[in-house]
Parts: sequence; structure tokens; C-alpha cells
Amino acid sequence: MRHFRKLSMPYLIWCIIFILIPLVLIVLYAFTTVGNHVISLNFSLANFAKINDPTYIRVFIKSFELGVITTIICFIGGYPLAFIISRQKESVQDLLILLVTVPTWINMLLRTYAWMNILADNGIINGLLSRLGLGQVTMMYTNFSVVLGMVCNFMPFMIIPIHTSLSKMDGSLIEAAMDLGANRLQTFRMVIFRLSMPGVINGVVMVFLMAISSFVIPKLLGGGQFVLIGNLIESQFISIGDWNFGSAISTILAVLILIAMRLMKSMDLKEAEAN
Amino acid sequence: MEKIIELKNLTKNFGDQQVLKGINLDIHQNEFLTLLGPSGCGKTTTLRIIAGFEEPSGGEVLFDGIDISAVPPYKREVNTVFQKYALFPHMNVFDNVAFGLHIRKVDKQIVETKVRRMLDLVGLSDYENRDVTLLSGGQQQRVAIARALVNEPKVLLLDEPLGALDAKLRKEMQFELKKIQKEIGITFVFVTHDQEEALTMSDTVVVMNEGTIQQIGSPIDIYNEPENRFVAGFIGESNIIDGIMNEDFLVTFDDVQFECVDNGFPRDEPVDVVLRPEDIDIVKPEEGKLQGVVRSVTFKGVHYEIVVETRHRKYRIHTTDFCAVDTPVGLTLTPDDIHVMWKTPY
Ligand SMILES: Nc1ncnc2c1ncn2[C@@H]1O[C@H](COP(=O)(O)OP(=O)(O)O)[C@@H](O)[C@H]1O
Ligand SMILES: [Mg+2]
Repeated sequence: MRHFRKLSMPYLIWCIIFILIPLVLIVLYAFTTVGNHVISLNFSLANFAKINDPTYIRVFIKSFELGVITTIICFIGGYPLAFIISRQKESVQDLLILLVTVPTWINMLLRTYAWMNILADNGIINGLLSRLGLGQVTMMYTNFSVVLGMVCNFMPFMIIPIHTSLSKMDGSLIEAAMDLGANRLQTFRMVIFRLSMPGVINGVVMVFLMAISSFVIPKLLGGGQFVLIGNLIESQFISIGDWNFGSAISTILAVLILIAMRLMKSMDLKEAEAN
Repeated sequence: MEKIIELKNLTKNFGDQQVLKGINLDIHQNEFLTLLGPSGCGKTTTLRIIAGFEEPSGGEVLFDGIDISAVPPYKREVNTVFQKYALFPHMNVFDNVAFGLHIRKVDKQIVETKVRRMLDLVGLSDYENRDVTLLSGGQQQRVAIARALVNEPKVLLLDEPLGALDAKLRKEMQFELKKIQKEIGITFVFVTHDQEEALTMSDTVVVMNEGTIQQIGSPIDIYNEPENRFVAGFIGESNIIDGIMNEDFLVTFDDVQFECVDNGFPRDEPVDVVLRPEDIDIVKPEEGKLQGVVRSVTFKGVHYEIVVETRHRKYRIHTTDFCAVDTPVGLTLTPDDIHVMWKTPY
């Protein structure tokens, strides 16, 4: 075992350099003021106070709203798909799961540009609509386009963990439920769905995380006016240059996400106890 | 006894493999019936067809005289104890046992009474709130039995339920299962590949091989009067010898003619002769009809297993009298120890 411990050293160093140090720096930046040097740190809560502004609060609320909506849509669409896939023969399952992941092989930017072409006022859909004489619909730069972009991008991350938990489920448990008198719906509700909860939680957490922190999709499909937390952080770092404020927002986001994950976990436990 | 389940010319194909080749079987009320046979002979498939998890390729399954081919598993009045228990890991002991009653929306008070009584019956009264995944194999087994029995099925199907238990626990559970079956008085259809288990527990033993029924009978019948070479070989460790049935009540094997109790064979018909190890008597060489030398002696707890080599073959003999290796001995047989049977393709 000692031997192996040595082998993990490079990984540990890698973790410290690329994960731990940036994290410490971000928290450090969040709690200090502009222009300080490493030698003279001015600790302050000013960055956090700054967030307490209706404009920023609205950005937070909107981000959470869209994150929740995206997650719910991914769940409603992804669960049945994962379920149907898990009912197939193994070879078919492998193929279908491959198909689900195909879009993620293509750069997200490219896919998002493709959506822009489809949704634009002079894009494919509106072209079709006007040819049918149905007039135009504005789809770009709305909540709709942003959520659509996020759902399409993040769907595989919902489907795959759910499929994993469904496909490794012991088939005799399903037979046991039916044997004890449960019809198909009851079997699904009382056994299959309950046992797939770990996959559901993984999927939900992953999609929500990506949705709430994404900045490329809202920027491209939402346009310049569309600001979510990710965009706010990006602009603080890239264009405005207030790293301290950007770090403070990141820190708050991280804390909120941690709380949300805690809640999910405890919800699952409680439901398990209640049943 | 009244018939509760009838299997009529039941067949089952998986792809081009025929797994059941025409099973005809009547299962009676309050019977402890065991399907016994080597692994892969179709026992589980038969049970799954009765439970409704597999559709027969041909033939009929009658329950109380009514064809139930189209009835889904959740509407059948049978419950199954699965080979690997299949307890719901997300429920505690109580909720596992109460599952069937919950589904049928039984009153909460009644559920509690019934579940408690059932847990009592299987000796798990204090385990209600335990996590099933943390129970021992034997305890999980009991939960599985309670979960099935609490629904008061007309028939309980058990697929090698004791297979995963160690020898001592197995014996205990054999005894308890039999006790439970007597107490609540329902039909058990039990599957095992262990002949001893089948013989000790059952009212009726059904010996199967390669998708066909070889013999149906009481344990004593199956043991004493095996109908063919396969049954004789599978039950116990019999000596099976090629012989010639000279005429009624006279059979020749190993160049010696013996009196027997069988008749009705054509003259000089080739037959299988089955000799139980415990039926062969060891005597002094000059008193025996067959002569040989003791080749090995093994103590088996209650009896010795002695192998005697004659001019023609080695005989396996069970006796409580010790015999030293290399002793010349004689072997004798009384007429009713000799079981003559028709030669079969097996
Ligand atoms: N779902 C299935 N698909 C294909 N072959 C099967 C299936 N279930 C069982 N078999 C085959 O049917 C035969 C009998 O199986 P089974 O009834 O499980 O035997 P037993 O329970 O007596 O060991 C075996 O050869 C097995 O491989
Ligand atoms: Mg089996």
C-alpha cells in the first residue's frame, strides 16, 4: 500500500496546484479590497455588500429560475428516455447511449451557433413559418432560447446517470413487486423509481450546476442584455477587471450550490424513511 | 386431495432450445411438492411459468381448473420466494413484509397485526425496523418467506430458497419451512437440486431431467422404486448394473442369477439393475453370491462407506459394521433389494 501511496503523489500535487490554490485565491480575493498586494491584505466584506443591490439580486433569482426550469425539463424529458433505453437489449442500449452522447462530441460553441441559425428571426424555423404564411415568432434572445440551448446541451448529463441506475437494477426486484400484486404503474412508483433515485440526484445536481454557472449559452442565445450569474462573473473578470467582486459572486454561488446539494441529499433520505 | 394447479403438456422454447418438453403435472391442495433435478433441467422455468413471469410456448396452466395463461403475475394467487430473496433494499423489514398488503390497500391496523404475526412465525419479531441489506443470509431468507406468506397465497413457490445458506442453517430452515407449511396449510412448490432436501421435506417429489419429468411419487416411492436409471442414479448413490431379465422373478447380472420381485418383462430382456448401497450385505466370502475384496473404507458419521471390488465392478456399500481394507468378502442380496427397471435412453 505504501508503494501505491507514493504513486498518488503527482495527482495530489496536481490537485493542490489546480484546484486547491485557485479556490483559496478566489476566497481570498472575495474577502479583500481592490489594489492590495500579497504583502498587505486589506480584509473587508465590501464585495459582499455590493451584491446586495436589486440589479444583482435579480440576476441571481433569474439564474436560479432558469436553472430550475432547465433541470425540470431535462428531468421530465430525460427520465422516460433513460427508462425506455434501459428496457432494450444490451446491444441496443449501448448504441442508444452512444447516440445520446454524440452531440457532446461536438464543441458546445458550434452547437449553440447552430441553434442561433435555427431560431433567428430570419432563421430556419421562421423561414418555414413565413413560407406557410404563419408570420414570424421571435425566439432568439428570450428565456425560451436560453432554456432551449441549455436543455439540449445538458440533457445527456441527465440521461446517462439515470440510465446507469436503471440498467444495473436487479430485475428480480421488479418481478418481486409484481409477484406481490403491484401492477406496472405501482411497480414503477414503489420500486423502480425509488431505486433509480441515486441516478436522478446525480443527474439533477449535474444539470443544475451546469445551468446555473453557464455563461456561453446565455451570452449567445440570450444576447448582450441577458445576464446570468455566469455572465456577471465573466464580465467582472474579463471586461470590468474587478476580480474581487467577481470572486465574491463565485463564492456565494458555490455556497448556494452546496446548500442546494445538501437539500437534495436530505430530501432523498427523508423520502426513503417516509416510505 | 383437490387439484389446485394442473400443468398440461407444457412446453417452453428459448430460441431453438426446447427447455420444457411436455410437462404434465397435478399439484394438489396443501401439498409440499418438490421439483428435483440437476441444474439446467428446467425447474426454474417451470416455476416462472406458474408465477406468470414466462409464457409457455405450448400447453396449458390451469389454476383451480381455469386457464391462467393470460393472467399477469400480479393477479395470480401465488407468491414466490426468489432464489436470491429479492428484498427491496430501500425498505426496512416491516415495509418489505407489508408490501403486498399495502398494494391491496389493507387497513393499516390489520397490516400491522398481520406483519407482526408473520415476523413472529419466522422468528424475526424484533427486526421490524432493521435495514434488510444488513441482515444475514438466513434472516433475509426469513423476511422473503414472511413477505410472500403474509399475502396468504393459495400456493407458495420457492426457488432453491436454501441454496445460499450454510449446511447447519440449511437444516434448520428445512425443518422450519416444513413446520410453517404444516401450520398454515397451503401448497408449497419447492425447487431444489439437492436430493436429500427433496426427500426429507416433500409429500411429493417430481424428478426432472432435460425438460422432462422422469418420475412423480412420494419420497419413499422415489427412493425405493426408481422408475429408471436416471432417477436411480440421481437419488442416492446407487449401484446401477446392466442385467438380463431371464424370466419373471429371475435376473442375471455379473454372471450370477438372482431371485427378484419384478415380473412382466419379455424373456431375456436387457434391463438396468439398481442396488442401493445400504441394501447390500457383506458376509464371509463363502456365504456370498458375489465375491470381492474391500478396496476402501470411509467413515461417514453414522455408517461406513465401503467399496468392494469384484471380478466385474466396484460396489458401493453402506454399513454400520467396520471391515478392514484388503479383506476378502462375499456380498448377498435379498430379492426385494434388487430393483429391476426398463432400459431408457438416459
Ligand atoms: N431467459 C432465458 N433465455 C434463454 N435460455 C434460458 C432462459 N432461462 C433459462 N434458459 C435455459 O433454460 C434451461 C433451463 O433453465 P432453468 O429452468 O433455469 O433450469 P434449472 O432451474 O433447473 O437449473 C437452461 O439451459 C437455461 O440456460
Ligand atoms: Mg434454477
